[in-house]
Amino acid sequence: MFNPDETLNDRFEFVKERTASRIFHPRSLGDPLFTGIIATLAVIVLALLIGIAIELTVKAMPAIRHFGLSFLASTEWNPATDEYGAMPFIYGTVVSSAIALMIAAPLSLGVALCLSEMAPEWLSRKLGFLIELLAAIPSVVYGLWAIFVLGPWLRDWVEPVLSRYLGFIPLFSGPRVAVGMLTAGVVLAIMILPYIAAVCTEVLRVVPQSQREAAFALGATKWEMVRMAVLPYGASGIIGAIVLGLGRALGETIAVAMVIGNRPVISASLFAPSSTLASVIANEFVEAVTDLNVAALIELGLVLLALGLILNVVARLLVLSATQRRFSRVA
Amino acid sequence: MDNTIASTMRRKYARRLFLRKLKSDLMVGLTLLATVIALVPLFLVLGYLLSKGASSVNWDFFTKLPVPVGQAGGGMANAIVGTFELVGLASLIGVPIGIGAGIYVAEHHGRGLAQAVRFAADIMMGIPSIVIGIFVYAVVVQPVGGFSTMAGAVALAIIMIPLVTRTTEEMILLVPPELREAALALGVPDWRTTLSVVVRTATSGIATGIILAIARITGETAPLLFTAFGNRFWSTSLTQPIASLTVQVYTYAISPFASWQRQAWAGALVLTTIVLALEIGVRWVTQGSARAAR
Amino acid sequence: MAEKLIARGLNAYFGSNHAVRDINVTINANRVTAIIGPSGCGKSTLIRCFNRMHEVVPGARVEGQVLLDGEDIYAPGVDPVDIRRRIGMVFQRPTPFPTMSIADNVAAGLKLNGVALSRSERNRIVEHSLRQAALWDEVKDHLDRPGTSLSGGQQQRLCVARALAVKPEVLLMDEPCSALDPISTARIEELLLELKENYTIVIVTHNMQQAARCSDFTAFMYAGSLIEFGETKQIFTNPTRRETEDYITGRFG
Repeated sequence: MFNPDETLNDRFEFVKERTASRIFHPRSLGDPLFTGIIATLAVIVLALLIGIAIELTVKAMPAIRHFGLSFLASTEWNPATDEYGAMPFIYGTVVSSAIALMIAAPLSLGVALCLSEMAPEWLSRKLGFLIELLAAIPSVVYGLWAIFVLGPWLRDWVEPVLSRYLGFIPLFSGPRVAVGMLTAGVVLAIMILPYIAAVCTEVLRVVPQSQREAAFALGATKWEMVRMAVLPYGASGIIGAIVLGLGRALGETIAVAMVIGNRPVISASLFAPSSTLASVIANEFVEAVTDLNVAALIELGLVLLALGLILNVVARLLVLSATQRRFSRVA
Repeated sequence: MDNTIASTMRRKYARRLFLRKLKSDLMVGLTLLATVIALVPLFLVLGYLLSKGASSVNWDFFTKLPVPVGQAGGGMANAIVGTFELVGLASLIGVPIGIGAGIYVAEHHGRGLAQAVRFAADIMMGIPSIVIGIFVYAVVVQPVGGFSTMAGAVALAIIMIPLVTRTTEEMILLVPPELREAALALGVPDWRTTLSVVVRTATSGIATGIILAIARITGETAPLLFTAFGNRFWSTSLTQPIASLTVQVYTYAISPFASWQRQAWAGALVLTTIVLALEIGVRWVTQGSARAAR
Repeated sequence: MAEKLIARGLNAYFGSNHAVRDINVTINANRVTAIIGPSGCGKSTLIRCFNRMHEVVPGARVEGQVLLDGEDIYAPGVDPVDIRRRIGMVFQRPTPFPTMSIADNVAAGLKLNGVALSRSERNRIVEHSLRQAALWDEVKDHLDRPGTSLSGGQQQRLCVARALAVKPEVLLMDEPCSALDPISTARIEELLLELKENYTIVIVTHNMQQAARCSDFTAFMYAGSLIEFGETKQIFTNPTRRETEDYITGRFG
């Protein structure tokens, strides 16, 4: 088949002919066309974010005009009298997220340390996979489980203990019920833990091996190495991960709406039903009758959006500063 | 004399080392304990789903419509179909936009618009999904005048887009720049190089990202509440409200009726199975191919 | 002897870094021209200017002229894609496309340019190009395996075959042997001597012996400038410039 005598030009004449006719014309159109298409799609992403912010502001305008800044401070939420204030929901959101963080942050750090530093590679991969599955379970499933299992368990086993020993603090007194702030906080903790752990693990894995070796070379034990080399190096990233988790906790809707009890009041007790920004929107949006009610709910969404944006910007900057050090160290 | 000092010091040092090692082992144990504690809910949830849901998952569940309270039987056939329809439509909208935007961000790395889009995608991933529900209510449901499959799909697509954008970008950036140069040096046009060499090389990573995004939106409830709304009857129409597994589970779970609650467990089991199958399946496949490549 | 490629007043920049300074050089057809010089002297940048690959890097720009058969490849309206098809390039590290088989890698340049080929035409081109690159005998029985399954030296010859398949007139090689073992290097050098019958070859190398062994002309660059250019024998035995002599005798660099 191969004939060395045959000249190259003969062999490839057909290629030349075809390339001459086909290459040039599509290219002149192809590049600008392709760039135009992907640039348009990219602009859509940007437009969506801006659109969300603008649309929510516009639709919340009636409530913003009507109540002004007192909307944020008022504790009155009463569709019957068309009086709306965001404070009970801000309180509920902040407190339930705080409970979640207090439980999830230390555990996540433990998980991240276990995965990145302590466990052998094979075990770390398996455990990491299971932690990822924890993040994969839909929130409505967590909500369902919390209604029927977690809530009653907390009421029967945890709340009595808390009220016996810490009952002198108002937070841990009052009637014990299955649906309330505490249940919401615990279910939130379960849900945000895998996210914080995942980002923390990523941050810790970026710590250069040389840092660890330097500590070991000084005779440090494993834990001393972690404290000397790993934790200081990853500190800002770990905080970023926790802030990211906080952002998730604030916005989590369905699981919270299912177990928090949905009462727009501020109670002293953590056992009592409460309500969050997200849960009240989920519960009342469809049933809202008056225009002002809808606008007030959308304004709650706007508050949620603003909180989410701020936390995310802060968290990403922290995580970025931690993970990008890798490049500057190498360079 | 010197010898005795040296031996006391050695003994002291040995004791301290023992304590230091003990502390270290204790901390290692604590992190392991934290991991175990973190995983307890996973097994509890899966265990309860199986024990409470499995008995209600039967042929009827997949083929029958929901029945009113008091009647026995019934299923979630409409919700299962609805979920597939919503997720399918959302992917049709979200995947091309996400991939295109991701390619743009990766290919024009460092340029103003690319950086803005990348930042926007990052921020959008942090927007609570209920807020996206409100947005779609305002721009789709209100103008059209009613809840619809289309509105639900748009809401899910908006959740999906930043996820796909960011994985596409990350996977493309993993492709060695030498490959792009090699293709350009063959006289291949830019756009062809990008699509047939760079994106082609990143395909399996991008596909993994898309499947994970699909798993994520399959489990979303909040953004559907006032977009797709829900429907007790058969509907596949784009302009009518449509049922979904998540909303159905939510409605049944908070109902006071034992029969509905049982259906909620069954629905949750099916939903979780779908989502976990996607998650586990995609990891299994990519792990296999990663091994093959090595 | 025909003049294939002529650089006139060629300057190249990365941002504010002036990497290649006022180069005037003539590359003869069907000859191997080597560009030597210490690291960072701009030799790679120079050959990347010959097929408009320099401008692919963000912030890079070129001034001056490069004439291919008398026509300026930097003239307005010239399509760099056309230039790159006529002037092929092989890089420092082998770059087979990982998603493609050996055969598909060879045919990639044609396929990605949208050239419709029948199965038999494609097979002929693949075989011919692989034979030219002295790789055919080693891979003919497993053309469907991924290109990345080959050894480093084979991968580099695969890249040569891929570059040859689009039938370029000039072949630029940017330190093609720097990532290869001595045996693979020897194969590539043999290949150069075979290929120059049909192609004009420019090779950048940091290996002076390589330049002396397989080139007809040698250009010595230092700090972005072309210090001396001439027949290889003359450059290595009787350099006219002090810097050249210092470099080839190993007194600096």
